[in-house]
Amino acid sequence: MFDKLKQKLSKTREIFSRMEQLFQSSRPREELLEELYELLILADVGVSTTDRIISGLRDRARKTGSADLKALLKQELVNLLSSQPAAVNETWPAVWMLVGVNGGGKTTSAAKLAYRYQSQGKKVMLAAADTFRAAAQEQLQLWGKKLNLPVVQGQSGADPASVVYDAIQSFKARNYDLLLVDTAGRLHTYSNLMAELEKIKRVISREIAGAPQEILLVLDSTIGQNAIVQAREFNRFSGITGIFLTKLDGTARGGSVLAVTDELHLPVKFMGIGESEKDLLEFSAESFVEALLS
Amino acid sequence: MFEQLAEKIQRTLKFIRGEGKITEKNIAEALKMLRLAFLEADVNYKVVKEFEARVKARALDQEVMMSLTPAQHFIKIVRDELTEILGGEAKPLTFAGHPPSVFMLVGLQGSGKTTTSGKLARYVKGLGRNPLLVSFDLKRLAAQDQLRIISKSLNLPFYGMTAEKMKNPAEALKELMTFTRNRGYDPLIVDTAGRLHIDEELMEELRLVREILEPTEVIYVGDAMTGQDAVRSAQAFEEKIGLTSIILTKLDGDARGGAALSIVYVTHKPIKFIGVGEKFDKLEVFHPDRMASRILGMGDILSLIEKAEQEADLKEAEEIARKIKKQQFTLEDFRKQLQQLKKMGSLSGLLDLLPKAGPFKKMGNLDVDDKKLVYFEAIINSMTPAERENPRIIDGRRRARIARGSGRPIQEVNQLLKQFFEMEKMLKKSDFQKLMKNI
Repeated sequence: MFDKLKQKLSKTREIFSRMEQLFQSSRPREELLEELYELLILADVGVSTTDRIISGLRDRARKTGSADLKALLKQELVNLLSSQPAAVNETWPAVWMLVGVNGGGKTTSAAKLAYRYQSQGKKVMLAAADTFRAAAQEQLQLWGKKLNLPVVQGQSGADPASVVYDAIQSFKARNYDLLLVDTAGRLHTYSNLMAELEKIKRVISREIAGAPQEILLVLDSTIGQNAIVQAREFNRFSGITGIFLTKLDGTARGGSVLAVTDELHLPVKFMGIGESEKDLLEFSAESFVEALLS
Repeated sequence: MFEQLAEKIQRTLKFIRGEGKITEKNIAEALKMLRLAFLEADVNYKVVKEFEARVKARALDQEVMMSLTPAQHFIKIVRDELTEILGGEAKPLTFAGHPPSVFMLVGLQGSGKTTTSGKLARYVKGLGRNPLLVSFDLKRLAAQDQLRIISKSLNLPFYGMTAEKMKNPAEALKELMTFTRNRGYDPLIVDTAGRLHIDEELMEELRLVREILEPTEVIYVGDAMTGQDAVRSAQAFEEKIGLTSIILTKLDGDARGGAALSIVYVTHKPIKFIGVGEKFDKLEVFHPDRMASRILGMGDILSLIEKAEQEADLKEAEEIARKIKKQQFTLEDFRKQLQQLKKMGSLSGLLDLLPKAGPFKKMGNLDVDDKKLVYFEAIINSMTPAERENPRIIDGRRRARIARGSGRPIQEVNQLLKQFFEMEKMLKKSDFQKLMKNI
């Protein structure tokens, strides 16, 4: 698994090879810390989280007298990322929701999760709750065809909660294991759209006790500091259980999740690293940081 | 958009205004504040560093330090540099001398190319053009359907592209151009598949399309929420494909929009439009100079006036302006204004355009709930013409009657009257009157 991520992320290396050189040089500590600061900022970690990480690093380097700032930083980042349990709730039957802003990759991510659990022998069903965007339901429908999975959809413009309700009835009647609910992209600044999300969740909880088991915020790794606001708002309205970090096969580092974990204590659970249904990795703090710094 | 960046920068300017003389020390402090403001807004680190260096060099110039109003000088420098980065004046779309013009939209996955294609088509239709939409996205599932549905809802023609046709791209593109020319479509708006800038194969495909179609505009569609990576991807598209302009999307969120600065800085291409909503009329012409003013808290009166001109009844607006000048503004005028305001969109959006200093300082704290406007209108509707002309005659009994008539609590009637009197007071202030004379 490490290999796959490394291979996918190999294109993103240039900057971190610079980091490598930096670690090996024997310049004064403050100078190194300053450059690490720049690198973290460039990875979208954000000013306040970067400040905290760097000052933690400085303290530790002083205390331990260690010159190996790289090992220390790695440890620091892994600690930060694994402070929240990232285990996926794999009890069945289950209903999972995918939520997030427009263009983050919710539908593709839903297809990836469907493929993953289908491959493990689970009976997976998809619910196309994006009744707003043109052809969003068709997109999921085509994925269903490709993966040979049932997709429940409604009329364009229909109340998404009613589509989800129908999907749940079918899900229960057919004794499936996993229902993945793909919701419409929405900016967290529209309170009416956020309330709609709340309603979908309410319908799910009402129909199946204990559901939804997972509510995953699909977060685009190219997004900067707005990621924190997004996570905060989506969490407030729908109660996020974890983050699905997408588009990690580009040059963006997705460092904003460090800030999200740091400030909101939300774990990252999955990573998307390509457009195929197979391009999914379960999150591991070590491999993420390793890939980030190697 | 840009509110938080604007707020931080204005804090910096306030700090420097409070300093009598410009010294190396307080310049350093101000620059540090600016740097943090920009970094928190996701402006690329390297762009920030260069901006800082340029402002510093100019600020420490002898002339500035010796001038009587060094703070004003400093603010001017920041404004100049910001306008420079954002790209000066607004630039219109380029149409071909010999039609058809071809507009090609490129960018990363999920930046909003397809939705923007629809918005752009609607916009040029409004200019009296006859656009044709086509999508080369044969990769993402249902991408063709998406643009077809959009075209249909906008009542615009759509050209279906298939994987079969694209097996011979040169042939397919030629056919498309012949079709466009013969039917007299102009412009041809080309939506492309989202791709990572490091995907050589797909970039090669784009280059081919660009070569054959010879587009008049190659538009990079960028997400306003993008972080530090904005620089890398925009630059790669500029180098490998060659861009002519930029459309920034999702500016209706609360992103601090630093990506705008980064993208323009590295590509040297102008932002021509911004996307401010999911609906197809949510595309606005971008004015860099006005945006710089807004970021610095100097307001964007021009955009406000334009909005008013587009939506409002000009005669009525002139009448209201005349009354404001003569200080004869009544509740009846207020009601008419409310009706016009509703046409112009959300109130908070409009307030954003006002300068954050001077006579409007207090307006930033106004409670802007758009529903309230509807209630206010209902309350005014329940008043007699005499009451609207002279609200001072509205006593307790009249208030109770108005509350009953409009179905709103009496406290709200009181609140409306209170706000009206406050507004009246504000309009009488000399600096506001001065401003009105200038408009």
